[in-house]
Amino acid sequence: MHKCDLCDKSAVLHDLVLEGSQWKPVHLCEDHAQAQGYPGSGEVTTTGKPVTEKPRTGTRKRLAACETCGLTLALFRRKGLLGCAECYRAFEPHLEPLIGRAQGGATYHCGHVPEQKEAHIDRRMSRIRLLKELNEAVSSEQYERAARIRDDLQLLEQKIEVEKD
Amino acid sequence: MVRFNESGPWLGEEGPDSDVVVSSRVRLARNLDGIPFVNRASDADRNEIVGMVRRTPLFATDGGSLRWIEMSDLDECDRQQLVERHLVSKQFADSSAARGVGVSEDESLSVMVNEEDHLRIQTLWTGSALTRAHEKVAAINRELESHLDFAFNPRWGFLTACPTNVGCGVRFSVMLHLPALRITDELERVRRSAKDLDLAVRGFHGEGTESTGDFFQISNQITLGISEDDLLQAFAEDVVPRLVDYERSARQLLMEKKLSTLEDRVHRAHGILGNARMLEANEAINLLSRVRLGVSLGLLESISIQEVHRLLLHVQPAHLSALKGVALEDDESTRVARANLVRGVVAGS
Ligand SMILES: [Zn+2]
Ligand SMILES: [Zn+2]
Repeated sequence: MHKCDLCDKSAVLHDLVLEGSQWKPVHLCEDHAQAQGYPGSGEVTTTGKPVTEKPRTGTRKRLAACETCGLTLALFRRKGLLGCAECYRAFEPHLEPLIGRAQGGATYHCGHVPEQKEAHIDRRMSRIRLLKELNEAVSSEQYERAARIRDDLQLLEQKIEVEKD
Repeated sequence: MVRFNESGPWLGEEGPDSDVVVSSRVRLARNLDGIPFVNRASDADRNEIVGMVRRTPLFATDGGSLRWIEMSDLDECDRQQLVERHLVSKQFADSSAARGVGVSEDESLSVMVNEEDHLRIQTLWTGSALTRAHEKVAAINRELESHLDFAFNPRWGFLTACPTNVGCGVRFSVMLHLPALRITDELERVRRSAKDLDLAVRGFHGEGTESTGDFFQISNQITLGISEDDLLQAFAEDVVPRLVDYERSARQLLMEKKLSTLEDRVHRAHGILGNARMLEANEAINLLSRVRLGVSLGLLESISIQEVHRLLLHVQPAHLSALKGVALEDDESTRVARANLVRGVVAGS
């Protein structure tokens, strides 16, 4: 867990900024992230909105909840429904046997794959997704990957700017 | 009030194998990437989903093929009519959150927004027409895909709220009319073999409903580890023909060995429908089911399959209420109105 660059609180926002020709990782707490003008406060979720229902903190519970939507394993077991796309990652070890049983043993997709028609896809959603990936990459210290994502993000933001005109 | 066609896509002209196969349906489950699934979505999220779907060209005011029906604008009767027409699920009609459905002019295509998944794209056709229905749904999916980013993961395929629907996220289903298998007491065997083939067997209105009138909805449950085309092929070219043959041989057996029993059953039902002064919905459906069998076997010629289908729709509570101005609840006046409606068609023909 990273500390905020500007104070002792733990960082919830992870970003890379260009300093000269060097990408520099930035870690900020909720307050400082807001002060620096990052959109919304709190963790950037897949919707770009702050997490309203945060998973309870503490390492024991962290494994049993999806960090994106806050769904707990217990609640999933009760309702049988997942809360978001990220739940598939968060609960993968639990889902594997369950899906396998329901699907006659199959655990890999082999059907239609969507064509990524970049020109038409809602760019706002792509931006949110990239922000989230960036967040993940920086917090797990994969700086090279983060830099690539940052480039993509800048490109996308330029396109969004162009489209506004 | 919503204006519906007099008949639905599953009531139109006779389709292939329509002696046994009433209708064919293909449904895709899709979710938008980056927004929580419906059960974890905020009101704002749900509105955003509706907005994103409605901004696609499918809904364009000129040239779009779907008209938008906002569920909260509808009264109970209209919502239930959508269920009776198989355009939305019962669960969808009863929910209170922001949701709606896009419906094409002929009702063969509908897109439910904010059901269990963000989108449920469905095509519905009369008779045995899974290939045609799948082509249509795949084309709509490609069109939507070029405007929306669907939640997809290379391992699990299209991500769905219920983890057992992942992969292709496709459900092929047929509505089968199996009255002869009921008479020969072989439905239990059908259910068992369906289970062995990983198929789901449901009633007239889908999940959790009774198999009124010997109508059964059969659908695939496997959606992962197999492509849409292979699934379609197995279902449309193997499973469905097998069930159709099964029912046909039972009908043949009855024609050869129990003709009087069969004729009595059919004409007795026809007689009641042509004379009753009060009818309950389920009673009417059960009797119409026997008449349908008689028409398919050539034992009854005074009424057509299409007329039977139209009655099967119109005797249901919401349609009857809209047609005759009676209450949705089952009471004396609704039963009288139902009997009058049926008698007019059956005795008048
Ligand atoms: Zn700080
Ligand atoms: Zn989640």
